[in-house]
Amino acid sequence: MKKAIEVKNLTKEYKDFKLDNISFTLPVGTIMGFIGENGAGKTTTIKSILDIIKYDGEIKLMDKDNKNEALKDIGVVLDDAFFPEILNAKDINTIMKSTYQNWDSKLYFKYLNDFKIPSKKQIKQLSKGMHKKLEIAVALAHHPKLLILDEPTTGLDPVARSEILEIFQNFMVDPECSIFISSHITSDLEHIADYIVFINEGKILLNEKCHVLLEEYGIVKCKKEELENIAKEDYIRVRKYRYDYELLIKNKKEFKKKYNSEVIDKISLEELMVLMLKGE
Amino acid sequence: MDIIISNNSNVPIYEQIKEQFKSKIIAGELSTGELLPSIRVLAKDLRCSVITTKNAYEELEKEGFVKTIPAKGVYVSKINKEIAKEEQLKKIEKMLEDVVILAKINKINKKELNTILSIIYEER
Repeated sequence: MKKAIEVKNLTKEYKDFKLDNISFTLPVGTIMGFIGENGAGKTTTIKSILDIIKYDGEIKLMDKDNKNEALKDIGVVLDDAFFPEILNAKDINTIMKSTYQNWDSKLYFKYLNDFKIPSKKQIKQLSKGMHKKLEIAVALAHHPKLLILDEPTTGLDPVARSEILEIFQNFMVDPECSIFISSHITSDLEHIADYIVFINEGKILLNEKCHVLLEEYGIVKCKKEELENIAKEDYIRVRKYRYDYELLIKNKKEFKKKYNSEVIDKISLEELMVLMLKGE
Repeated sequence: MDIIISNNSNVPIYEQIKEQFKSKIIAGELSTGELLPSIRVLAKDLRCSVITTKNAYEELEKEGFVKTIPAKGVYVSKINKEIAKEEQLKKIEKMLEDVVILAKINKINKKELNTILSIIYEER
C-alpha cells in the first residue's frame, strides 16, 4: 500500500496543551477526515505535517524519506488566509509563477474560470466563499498529489460548501491523489471521506473507515431498567438524559440480535462526536 | 442511467449501488461486455466515498455480475438472465413468506393481504 501521509508517535508539547503520541496513515487514493473540537489538536497536527512547527516523532510524506522533496507535491489550504488584500487573483499568478517551479498558470486560470472567481477584483472585495475557492485554486495549480486542508469549509454557506466538496471529488478521480481534510463540519465529510480520525485533547479517540462508523455504529435509546440488563462491553458510551439514556453502540446487528431491540437509530458523525465527548 | 442513493436508508450505500447495478444488468439496461465507470468517477458522480464504490464493485464481482480487468476497468459479465431472475424470485418468495407469517399471526386474511399488495404495487 502506498502511503500519502504516515504519522508515527507525533508528540508536541505546549505549556497548556499536549499532542500526545499520535499515529495514523493515509493511504494513497483516499480521503481522510480529521475531526475534533476546536483546540483538540487538529491544526497543531497539520502544522507538524507541513514542518511549520517542530515536533517529536516521525512523519513521512508520499513514502519519501526527504520531506522537503515531498512538500512540493502538496497543496495546502490553511485556516488563516494569507493573501494580501489589495492584490487580485491575477497578481497572485504573477507571484506564484516566480515562486513555484511546478506552477501552471494555464491550470490556475482554468480553475478561476471554473470556480467563477473574477481575476481582477481585489481580494478584500471577494466573498468568503470566493476567497476559499481562490485559496483552493492556488493549492491545486501546481499539480499536487496530496491536498492538506485545514477547515476548508468552515464559515461558508451550504452552496459554497457543496461546490468545494465537488472540487475535491473531481481532484480524487486521479487514483494517485489523496486528501487530508480537517473539519468540524462533520456532515461535509460523511459522504466523501474514506477514513475518519477523531482527535480529542491531543489524543486519538477513534480511527475507523467512515462507512463502518455510519453503517455499524448506532444509537440505542432506553430506560434505566433496560440499561441495567445491557452488558458494559456492548456499548462505548452512555449519556443520561432526564427521561432516558442514550447508548453509543459499535455493532448494530449484533446488538439487535443479542438484545432483540427494535429501536436502534442510525448515527451521524456529529452525533457520534457529541456522544463520544459528552457520554461516559 | 439512473442510480438513486438514499443517505437516510438503513441499507448501506454500497449495497444500494450494488443492487441497482444488478437490476440494470438483469434487465439488460447494461449489456454484457459494457465498461462501467471507474470507482473514482462513480464516487464523484454519486457524491460518496471511493471505498463505498469499491465495495459495491467487489460485491458485484463476487456474485458474478462484473469482471475487473486490471489496468482496464470493470466490465459487465455474461450472466444467465434466467438464473439471475430465478434468484431474485427466490428472494421475493422468502420476503413474502415473512409477510404471510406476520399476516397469519395477526389474523389478516388473504383478501386483505392481496389488496395491500396491489395498492403498494400500483403506488411504486
